[in-house]
Amino acid sequence: MSGGQVSLDRRPVLRGIDLTIEPGEVVAVLGANGSGKSTLIRALLGLTPVSGGTTLLYGTPPARFRQWWRIGYVPQRLSVGGGVPTTIREVVASGRIARQRRFRLTGAADREAVSAALSAVDMAHRAGDPVQALSGGQQQRVLIARALAGEPDTFVMDEPTAGVDAQSQQLLADTLAVLVGQGKTVLLVAHELGPLEPLISRAVVLRDGFVCHDGAPPHAVGAHALPGHDHVHPHAAEKPLSPLDWRPTS
Amino acid sequence: MIDLLQFDFMQRALIAALLVGLAAPAIGTFMVQRRLSLLGDGIGHVALTGVALGFLTGTAPVLTAVAVSVAGAVAIELVRERGRTSGDVALALLFYGGIAGGVLLISLAPGGSNSTLMSYLFGSISSVSLQDVWVIASLAAAVLGVVVIFGRELYVLCQDEEVAKASGLPVRFLSLLIAITAALTVVIAMRVVGLLLVSALMVVPVATSQQLTRSFRSTMLLSMLFGMIATVGGLTSSFYVEVPPGAIIVIVALGGFVLALGLGRFVRRSRPQESSP
Repeated sequence: MSGGQVSLDRRPVLRGIDLTIEPGEVVAVLGANGSGKSTLIRALLGLTPVSGGTTLLYGTPPARFRQWWRIGYVPQRLSVGGGVPTTIREVVASGRIARQRRFRLTGAADREAVSAALSAVDMAHRAGDPVQALSGGQQQRVLIARALAGEPDTFVMDEPTAGVDAQSQQLLADTLAVLVGQGKTVLLVAHELGPLEPLISRAVVLRDGFVCHDGAPPHAVGAHALPGHDHVHPHAAEKPLSPLDWRPTS
Repeated sequence: MIDLLQFDFMQRALIAALLVGLAAPAIGTFMVQRRLSLLGDGIGHVALTGVALGFLTGTAPVLTAVAVSVAGAVAIELVRERGRTSGDVALALLFYGGIAGGVLLISLAPGGSNSTLMSYLFGSISSVSLQDVWVIASLAAAVLGVVVIFGRELYVLCQDEEVAKASGLPVRFLSLLIAITAALTVVIAMRVVGLLLVSALMVVPVATSQQLTRSFRSTMLLSMLFGMIATVGGLTSSFYVEVPPGAIIVIVALGGFVLALGLGRFVRRSRPQESSP
């Protein structure tokens, strides 16, 4: 994604979007429900086929892209599938898959990366527990740990803050701050930035399948800028004059 | 137990039972995780056409069953991949086509009748020949080989197909691999429990061990152990009590599930930290 140009054209959901993400950027894709945020990042990764336009990942179309270890995808929620129990460590260890060769056994580097990822999201003490028993926020932390374990250059996160308790949100922000400090590229979809707000270097706002704002994030003022501030009150009431009417008017 | 090993046919049957009990739950764990528990059933129906085709053309039914069920499994996988909405209807068409095709073809075969199919529908483990044992052994080795070599990738695929895609895994190849491996398992289990009960050996031991385990790996290993206990235990008891082995094997497996259900509740209660948020 970074270094390459992305433009895609999809009539019903995304109607002609040009977007290039440079290395080291921390980009938030914002917009109301149904504005095509998730579709955008799924299309970027080649998970949703584009009906028009082209998508390039590091200069290569997704179908021919081979360096998937450079990308850490964090889906919206943990899929527990058919209900076969699986431990947190197993899920996090599966994040190494893009770096592992087929006939190679799990090595010391794999184990170290997994342990580091588990401690980064403060889940090391629960590593042996089944993921099915976790709350939404904890599952989100496991998903992020899975992406961390792969040690990618770019993180692509689909709504990492949705349905996540305040403590996990703060932990996510701290983890993200470390990644940003390491110069990693982050692309995330969010409905509500919460504690992530100070980290975002660029905001892309979608509306009706178009980009209606691309640039500096709409900075919050006053109480919003305080760390740990929980966004429980409607924003529409506080920022009526904002030219970027990207928040849902719920 | 010793006196039953004196019979050659029983030795062969026990080896076959052991191999099937080992291989079926191994691939079954991935199928359950992928919500494809009934894939084995579907393939079993299609395999019946393969068996009948063998009788019609005078080739070994096991070989034609392998060919047709692999083709059927690939077809099911392609249908599934296309669209999820019409998928189950398309699968149903394939299932009925498999049964109808089998019955139709067997009636055309010289001297064939529905009763010829009975031993394939419900299994006939006591008539397993030495050649059958070799075929079963090599197919079981292939199934276990797939699980060992591709296990890590299959785990990611069965957990979340999109993550598998975003990790650069060959999703279509791996999906076909699961389908084909399931088809091979159906054919080797066909002689032991019969096509109609094949799926039970892929699913029930997994459901049983799920009740007691916390990790994917231990679920798989424990289900393989349960699978072997069910097949060998069922076969042994069918030797002493006059009952069809296929049916008693499945009943033993289901009995194990009911036991594990009660035990699992007890085990979970004894580790309360698991359910706390």
